[in-house]
Amino acid sequence: MAAETGIRHAPQPALMRVIGLNKTYVQRRPFSRKEFVLGACKDVTLELPRRRVTALVGESGSGKSSLATCLALLQQPDSGEIWFEEDQVSAWTAEQLASLRPKIQMVFQDSAGALNPRFSAAQIIEEPLEIQRRASKPELRLRALALMEEVGLSADCSKRLPLTLSGGQRQRLAIARAIALKPELLILDESLSSLDLVIQSEILRLLVDLQSRHNLTYLLISHDLSLVGEIADFVAVMHAGRIVEHGPREKVFGAPRHGCTRELLAFARSLESDFQAATEVQA
Amino acid sequence: MHRLPSNPMSRDALPPLLAISGLSIAYAPGGQFLALDGINLEIAAGEIVGVLGESGSGKSTLALSIPGLLPACERFEGSIKFRGEELRGLPESRLRAIRGAKIALIHQEPGLCLSPVMRVGSQISDVIRAHRRLPRKELRQKAEAALAEAGLPDPLRVYHSYPHQLSGGELNRVVIAQALACRPDLLIADEPTRSLDARLQTEVLNLFREFNRKFNTAILFITHNPALLARLASRVVVMHSGRVVEEGPMARIFRQPQHPYTQHLLRLVPQSLICKATASETTKREAEFGTFETPRKVAYGG
Repeated sequence: MAAETGIRHAPQPALMRVIGLNKTYVQRRPFSRKEFVLGACKDVTLELPRRRVTALVGESGSGKSSLATCLALLQQPDSGEIWFEEDQVSAWTAEQLASLRPKIQMVFQDSAGALNPRFSAAQIIEEPLEIQRRASKPELRLRALALMEEVGLSADCSKRLPLTLSGGQRQRLAIARAIALKPELLILDESLSSLDLVIQSEILRLLVDLQSRHNLTYLLISHDLSLVGEIADFVAVMHAGRIVEHGPREKVFGAPRHGCTRELLAFARSLESDFQAATEVQA
Repeated sequence: MHRLPSNPMSRDALPPLLAISGLSIAYAPGGQFLALDGINLEIAAGEIVGVLGESGSGKSTLALSIPGLLPACERFEGSIKFRGEELRGLPESRLRAIRGAKIALIHQEPGLCLSPVMRVGSQISDVIRAHRRLPRKELRQKAEAALAEAGLPDPLRVYHSYPHQLSGGELNRVVIAQALACRPDLLIADEPTRSLDARLQTEVLNLFREFNRKFNTAILFITHNPALLARLASRVVVMHSGRVVEEGPMARIFRQPQHPYTQHLLRLVPQSLICKATASETTKREAEFGTFETPRKVAYGG
């Protein structure tokens, strides 16, 4: 009976969801033999609705990135289920997963570390296309140039090495590589946090634009609530490995239930309102 | 006699703590591209000046040029006077006596500023030892006191830790403690709150304000985010491609920005949390959200 209710009747089934996911790491203190278990994700249940921006917020160390790498199928959870559309992919073999990987792409915070420093910009975009055999050799460069144009990089950049590009250009390049395989889910792990406001707003506009053009689903991981407030449809708050709150943005931000959310919001809000007070022209 | 900044109204008769005039710097051969292009800037003792600009505007070059930490440049013109003493061309030994003791610098990446193979405590006592001859025990007490002053709740643990054992927020405080350990007259902070969350940002700003009040430390606070300056700066300098495009008291710059670039920057500050979303959007999302709230039924049921 239960299978008939819920998701099946939803107008917009979730693209991806995790149910009861647990992830722990065994660690050692330096110079000590004693091992201890660090619980990064504890019984996490989360849905990523299709064509929506779900934001994952929380303090550093709350387990956001561990959850993201599990969702990106880059590491195995200890227990729990990961569903992609109608399939439970956590039970899949490596070969089966390989077919799924192009559909889930990630963009990281440190664009300099995420791009091969010895490849030119065009080569960086060509690599996934070549590995996945999405284009013939002569076609590769054309596809790369088209993708660069799509993310607002000029063709002059195609021969340059990533470290000679500016931070904003590098992040555009990382986005171009991520969308090269026409993914359905893009995981943005603090992708905007080290950029300044000018570039941040440009990349934000690009992401919104790409989302509508390619029907992308986003998981935006960020500690910056003001940024999350600009684009997120749904917000999940993580604290000490657990999702303590999850709901539509207005509900989570408008009437936060968990103390952790309230605290995060209070600090972000007071920064915003101080700025607003400073810019307001007195009558 | 150097040229005065465009807005001289905020200064009084006292000689400035720091006076930069006509500073131009080029890195690339040929000196065509100027990282700094004729910068004039004055900071009075105990004043908090905010430098606002995007990446590539020359903010960091300015920060490094003051204590003489720039790599070899193709072109370096102008003057940097600290308490009337010209810093350019000073012998390294004299500069070393000023750095850390009189002028301290906080870089934007705290993790990269600390040695990974030394305990945090000895890195702070090193700074103090470079300027004052003190017995070892006293050095240690001073370093611990500096950590406590920077708002670290358990300075003893941090004192004995290596940088990799500390969180980002703690590292941030460690470099602040290191910079302020010798009670400098001028603190140059280059994006000290980059990639910190709002709570840590707030705490760092409060710490700076407190130091400014207690020890009359002048602060040159460099950032891309105008919202941070609203809390801290009394005067704001807006930089764009190596030039100062606008300068004045914070209240004036934020209320009536004259330059289009300043107006643009101020418009970019997100204010999403204090603005209300439109009602139609809200109900749409709320209606939608309920529909995915039953994953367990699909997974375990039926």
